[in-house]
Amino acid sequence: MKQKWMRVLGGLVLAVVLGATAASAAVELNMYYPVAVGGPITKIIDDMIAEFEKTHPAIKVKAVYAGNYDDTRVKALAALKANQPVQLSVLFSIDLFELMDQDVIVPFDDLATSAEDKQWLSSFYPALMQNSKAKGKIWGIPFQRSTIVMYHNKEAFKEAGLDPNKPPATWKEMAEMGQKLTKKDASGNVTRWGVLIPSTGYPYWMFQAFCIQNGRELMNQDGNQTYFDRPEVVEALQYWRDLAAKYKVMPEGTVEWGTLRQKFLEGATAIMWHTTGNLTAVREGAKFDFGVSMLPANKRRGSPTGGGNFYIFKKASAEERQASLQFIKFMTSPEMTARWSMATGYVATSPAAYKTATLEKYIADFPAAAVARDQFEYSVAELSVHENARVKKFLDDAIQSVLTGAKSPQDALSGAQQQAERVLKSYR
Amino acid sequence: MAAALRKAMSFNSKTARWVNAWLLLSPAAVLMVAFTHFPIVGGFFASFFSTARPGRPSRFVGVENYTSMLNDPVFWQVLGNNFFYALGTIPLSVSLALLMAVWVNGRFRGRAVVRAAYFTPTILPMIAVANIWLFFYTPQIGLLDKIRSLFGLASHSWLGDPGTALACLMVLAVWKDAGFFMIFYLAALQAIPPELEEAAVIEGAGRWYFFRRITVPLLMPTTLFVVVNATIHSFKLVDHIFILTKGGPDNASSLLLYYIYEVAFSFWDTAYASTLTVVLLAILGALAVGQFAYLEKRVHYR
Repeated sequence: MKQKWMRVLGGLVLAVVLGATAASAAVELNMYYPVAVGGPITKIIDDMIAEFEKTHPAIKVKAVYAGNYDDTRVKALAALKANQPVQLSVLFSIDLFELMDQDVIVPFDDLATSAEDKQWLSSFYPALMQNSKAKGKIWGIPFQRSTIVMYHNKEAFKEAGLDPNKPPATWKEMAEMGQKLTKKDASGNVTRWGVLIPSTGYPYWMFQAFCIQNGRELMNQDGNQTYFDRPEVVEALQYWRDLAAKYKVMPEGTVEWGTLRQKFLEGATAIMWHTTGNLTAVREGAKFDFGVSMLPANKRRGSPTGGGNFYIFKKASAEERQASLQFIKFMTSPEMTARWSMATGYVATSPAAYKTATLEKYIADFPAAAVARDQFEYSVAELSVHENARVKKFLDDAIQSVLTGAKSPQDALSGAQQQAERVLKSYR
Repeated sequence: MAAALRKAMSFNSKTARWVNAWLLLSPAAVLMVAFTHFPIVGGFFASFFSTARPGRPSRFVGVENYTSMLNDPVFWQVLGNNFFYALGTIPLSVSLALLMAVWVNGRFRGRAVVRAAYFTPTILPMIAVANIWLFFYTPQIGLLDKIRSLFGLASHSWLGDPGTALACLMVLAVWKDAGFFMIFYLAALQAIPPELEEAAVIEGAGRWYFFRRITVPLLMPTTLFVVVNATIHSFKLVDHIFILTKGGPDNASSLLLYYIYEVAFSFWDTAYASTLTVVLLAILGALAVGQFAYLEKRVHYR
């Protein structure tokens, strides 16, 4: 009798153990994912994940959509600190130093070791890899990446007597054309602005474009020195302020990032600067003919790159890291990248993706989709330093205080530089 | 023998009462200590240490966090903002709540609909509501500017102007809270015995006189409760800032709690965030003590 019971018990234990190993054969990955623009981003990502799971049945991926880039970083770091299972995430490319300082990510060079993997690591546009490299290693894989481009309403251009196929190519032209494009009603109120450049959400990003165009980068490669108070930078902020104060082509105060696309679509502005990530949504929403072009130049052309990279967290087990790597390789394969780029407007991150038949055909029909790629030639890394969130905030506050007329560019930027100095000097 | 037995029994029943009391108190006490009192004490201690950074572990710094707080212009700005925010939202939402309660307490057709309508803002999640209001405030294409353009007024960047951003948040907060406070007033109004009104009518008291001398004094306990709640709300409800302004432009619409969130989770400066939290707690504690000590005396109708 006793023996029989023992056998039953033994069988039960065996069944449980077998069941457990069968279940653990599927690696489960949790990924935080930031959504920075409108449109069905979550659905597009979920569809891509479903496809991955079909071809890789041993890996399950769950995407957690956690707000914009800053919100997502906060939530991912909080989850890691609370020992929640998070193995990989798409986070801001510029969070690199912060994530390294917190010691939560692993370099891809340590995981991607085969010859094929190495080739994959070198397959991306160099402009997009600038925010991935530090201490001689690669820490992030570009995915949801963008640059700033200029959208213009061709009908507004025609109405103002301008050539709809010649958007402004210099700062001077943008101010002049902007004045022609600004429309007022009988009582003198503006019904359509010439140019709108968003100054909430990511003001430093737009500002960096002005600075690059004026021939100045905002930080050094090591991420421990900023140049906020240089004359070229002050000049750049003066020009941005002048668009409202002097040329009157932009309203006083700040311009909201989130609602700007809608305003462009409703004809409330003739020109807007925005991320390429909005391209497909603008195409679907515009009831008028619109054009997309590179940002205008002053001393040179230029735009910072932007957007999110894949990171793999240190807390993930060796098995989970390899599964994450497989997933990231799948998501950044030329075919998937091409599909992602067409669905959203974000740039395809590798030259190989632009050589796929589908994307080639898409660009032939819709040349605007290639503008961001062409702008890579002039692109530089986005502002990224140690304690990035804090330093970025100093600059954001300075920009907003100037755009709202509270401070002069010189005062505001000197103040921001001093504050940044205090934080960064301990990282030298 | 009998005395000893009595003594033992009384000891036993005394112990039993003790045990019983503590058993009844413990579930709530455990939760309070774990999630309220312990974090408060922990935060207080953390405010005297530096934030750990790579290669620089946390160390005791005395009052350094407090002195750097006093030298932090953003701290003073958000404190001032919070003061104006409280000053603007509390009286407005409380008086509006009373007004609405008195109105929907009367008898008229469609009363249930109006009551429900007034209460709706309360049941909607703040984040969803803020997203709707974001489009109300949007210059040119937003509801507010569409209405203004009918009167030939120029569009205005409501959330992008430091002069109006905070006021925009205040309007939303009043709109959201007034309906909630109305419910308390409504319940209190219905508890006022109808004989009082009949007596007042016989005595020839006017409606305004009755409201001023009978209704308002009888509602004082409710007013105390509502004012305490409104004060707490003005310091702890910052959800709408995340959607509408993120504290901008240039911190013009940032409140103390939002700044604490930024310092703690965006900058990961936990020590400084603890310091700010201690200040917030001190303010709220002082306000609560003041309100109860001062108003308690005059709250009950005698």
